[in-house]
Amino acid sequence: MALKFKLQKKDSGMKKKKQALKKAQESFLQDLFRAFRKNKLAVLGGVIVILFLIMAIFAPFIVPHDPYAVEIDLQFYEPSSKYLIGTDMFGRDILSRIIYGSRISLIIGLIPTLISMIVGTVLGMIAGYYGGKIDYFIMRLADIVLAFPSLLLSMVVMYTLGASLLNIFIALSVVGWARTARVVRSQTLSLKEKEFVEGARAIGVSKQVILLRHIFPNCVPSLLVLFTLGIPEAIMSEASLSFLGVGAQPPTPSWGLMVYRGKEFIFSAPWVAITPGIAILIIVLAFNFLGDGLRDAMDPYMKQ
Amino acid sequence: MSDNDVMLSVEGLKTYFFTDKGIVPAVDDISFAVGAGKVLGIVGESGCGKSMTALSILRLIPTPPGRIVAGNILFAGKNLLDLSVKQMHSIRGNEISMIFQEPMTSLNPVYTVGKQVMEVLRLHQNLHKEAARAKAIEMFNLVGIPEAEKRIDTYPHQLSGGLRQRVMIAMALSCRPKLLIADEPTTALDVTVQAQILRLMKNLQDEIDSSIILITHDLGVIAEMCDDVLVMYTGRIMEQADVYSLFENPLHPYTKGLLQSIPNLHKDNESLYNIKGLVPNLLNLADGCKFHPRCEFVQDICIEKEPELFEVTKGHFVRCWKYMG
Amino acid sequence: MGRYIVKRILGAIPILIGVSLILFILLNIVPGDPVALMMKEHISSDVVARVRAQMHLDDPGYVRYFRFLWNALHGDFGMSYKLNRPVASLLLNAFPNTLMLALAAAIFSWIVGIPAGIISVVKKYSFIDYFFMGFALFGVSMPVFWSGLIMQYIFSLKLGWLPAAGFYSPICIIMPAIVLGWSSAGVIARLTRSSLLEVMGNDYIRTARAKGLTEAAVLVHHALKNSFLPVVTIMAIQVASLLSGAVITESIFGVPGIGRIAVNAIQDRDMPLLQGAVLFATFLVIIGNLAADILYSYIDPRIKYD
Ligand SMILES: Nc1ncnc2c1ncn2[C@@H]1O[C@H](COP(=O)(O)OP(=O)(O)OP(=O)(O)O)[C@@H](O)[C@H]1O
Ligand SMILES: [Mg+2]
Repeated sequence: MALKFKLQKKDSGMKKKKQALKKAQESFLQDLFRAFRKNKLAVLGGVIVILFLIMAIFAPFIVPHDPYAVEIDLQFYEPSSKYLIGTDMFGRDILSRIIYGSRISLIIGLIPTLISMIVGTVLGMIAGYYGGKIDYFIMRLADIVLAFPSLLLSMVVMYTLGASLLNIFIALSVVGWARTARVVRSQTLSLKEKEFVEGARAIGVSKQVILLRHIFPNCVPSLLVLFTLGIPEAIMSEASLSFLGVGAQPPTPSWGLMVYRGKEFIFSAPWVAITPGIAILIIVLAFNFLGDGLRDAMDPYMKQ
Repeated sequence: MSDNDVMLSVEGLKTYFFTDKGIVPAVDDISFAVGAGKVLGIVGESGCGKSMTALSILRLIPTPPGRIVAGNILFAGKNLLDLSVKQMHSIRGNEISMIFQEPMTSLNPVYTVGKQVMEVLRLHQNLHKEAARAKAIEMFNLVGIPEAEKRIDTYPHQLSGGLRQRVMIAMALSCRPKLLIADEPTTALDVTVQAQILRLMKNLQDEIDSSIILITHDLGVIAEMCDDVLVMYTGRIMEQADVYSLFENPLHPYTKGLLQSIPNLHKDNESLYNIKGLVPNLLNLADGCKFHPRCEFVQDICIEKEPELFEVTKGHFVRCWKYMG
Repeated sequence: MGRYIVKRILGAIPILIGVSLILFILLNIVPGDPVALMMKEHISSDVVARVRAQMHLDDPGYVRYFRFLWNALHGDFGMSYKLNRPVASLLLNAFPNTLMLALAAAIFSWIVGIPAGIISVVKKYSFIDYFFMGFALFGVSMPVFWSGLIMQYIFSLKLGWLPAAGFYSPICIIMPAIVLGWSSAGVIARLTRSSLLEVMGNDYIRTARAKGLTEAAVLVHHALKNSFLPVVTIMAIQVASLLSGAVITESIFGVPGIGRIAVNAIQDRDMPLLQGAVLFATFLVIIGNLAADILYSYIDPRIKYD
């Protein structure tokens, strides 16, 4: 009898909370949209990101030439109407390679960042909510990972696993989770004390449900910002690793690798090395504009 | 009040905030005067524009988004709004000084309190370091900070709220200002400390002979301290009178509401009364009298047209249709 | 105060041990046979045997780790397998070069970044503000290896002002230092601006203005000191990002520093050298963080020392 009563109460409480949550989410999105739209650079960043996404998805249909076709007699063609930004040392069309390269950069930007965010969020929530030894262990691990200069740590991972695009996923995930874990942990710690969490705990909601339903949604604004700003970092790391020869391997059209392979010819055929770098600059800048605008727009929600 | 008794007179002051969501008229066409050696109280609920009135006088409105859009502020024969930035600097902290509501955060955490008091002295009185220090210690003694010589070298976080507010008072009075603006100087303190600080201000006023604008939302404080009172609501003056008239014969329903909400020891606690409704959002104010949505005596005309400030008896003004013709 | 410093130093020790453990696991345990990983090409079997014996690969992992730790504590990081010289002496020879490069880059980034951030606040929401902040983001988004190439192209090839690579005279450090400091300058400018703006919103700034201080005096005497706290933190974090950046800049400009040692070690599959270089660089980062903590406590009297 008592139990039934408790359940009923919990049920109606939940429903009310859900409605309130839905309403809050709507106005949250509206506010966000309004604040975001005002920031012209953020909108510009968003547009560029979308253009790059379209380019990456439809790459096979847009490229003017086969990005892998080696034509030794076409070596180092200067930019012309046929080869808009010229050809490289194997006579491959650089524009086509840059277009295909956007696939690599975007996948590297999105997937490892997402993986490391998920890992970091789970670990951060566990550390913050359960506290004690597990908290200590997770956070010291994060401290240790953050103590490494990130490029050197990913280089070590690449050395051990071998240079390949797939291993960059792993290397970047290994490096990236720690910061997310720190942020999520501190938010969990403060959310844990809030009335709605204590209330949920008092009516016997399980820990997992509290973490998932009450704590996680409140971390979303910060996570979104971390995610958007994590993407350009990952893109840059991949480019750097590939530039150092421990990332993507030829003939993969990775932008960083293209700069690396082209740098020998910087004085005779500067376009080979310089143009892929411009692509990196543009996409990284676009994501940074986007993430910055997002952070400003979310500022009021992250402070709570 | 004859003209040479007036220390400060504010005429038609309008301070607006130009925000993304619209124009916020934080102070909307208010006029008042502070007599020499007098204490003017400004009272009203949160958000009615008391602090913005005070900051307007010192021209410290955060710009953007805020701006003084109209009015005159006459102080010692000059219109403060016409002064150069440089002239304003020599007035602030010197001829007009201000005490803020939050003693916890109004002092810079990285400097000792002594240094912060000495800063004003060195700025306006050209004192040397040692002379400024001696003067600061003197001020600390004056405001009743025990062990002044030791306390002067402590950091704000090492002092209690009451002591910090005393430091603020020492700082504000150290150049013997002609006008002191105290913006809720005791709100953040507990009751006994409140009484001490108010008594201190009263005593020091007699000694230094300055005028005071005392902002508060506590009518009890007004009754104890002030000569004249402004009752503000939504950036407007609703009622203006000397303190006796206001307490003996409050006219505006809003003033009456505020008076009834003072906790009274002689009556039952149940009679504790609050004005119904909420402080309105300044972005979309009602037409007509701004108080009418919360007023018990609302008539048709209140909804249609806003009343003027109307002199009912000499020196007693009210903005309410009940008393107009 | 002294106790506080000692406490911070003691707190860094577990991190340092953790770093060495993780590094050891990544390089020695995960690969199974680190010697096989080191020697991809065909190499005579007695070399393999020699290196295996040198590394005591037949001992259990934890014994090898503790031996590594013990030796490292005594300044012995093993022998470079390719150069056949002690790792420690190679690193010590390279360290001054990296230090000089990183220091020059850091100074460049402060000279550019801090004033830019301050000017942005003084002129906030003006064209200058937007220009500086857009430019700062631009600096952050520029790949170091790419801006290095561009600099070489312009200043060495086209203008002939500066040597493209090498490390033989002080002017050689100009280009790598600017390239390396550039992105840090962007970070510092943005951080200076945001923390200064935040401080300017504090009540005590209003108090300072009400005292009659000029806007410049408010900024210099009341806001800057408070807003330097996060900037000091970033300066420490800068150590890590400068070292990451140095890996690339040193390779491009041929600076014989720790970063280039690490890259070469990877190319030569010289595991002991790689291990030593990374451990050393991480040690520097931890020292940087420690220094920031201590500096922080000097600036902010509110920090409790117990
Ligand atoms: N920066 C700002 N932007 C927009 N509106 C503002 C800003 N600062 C103040 N206001 C508006 O000015 C109005 C008056 O504020 P003010 O601080 O003067 O109130 P107050 O009477 O001092 O209240 P309290 O008793 O809470 O101190 C408020 O309603 C607020 O909406
Ligand atoms: Mg106020």
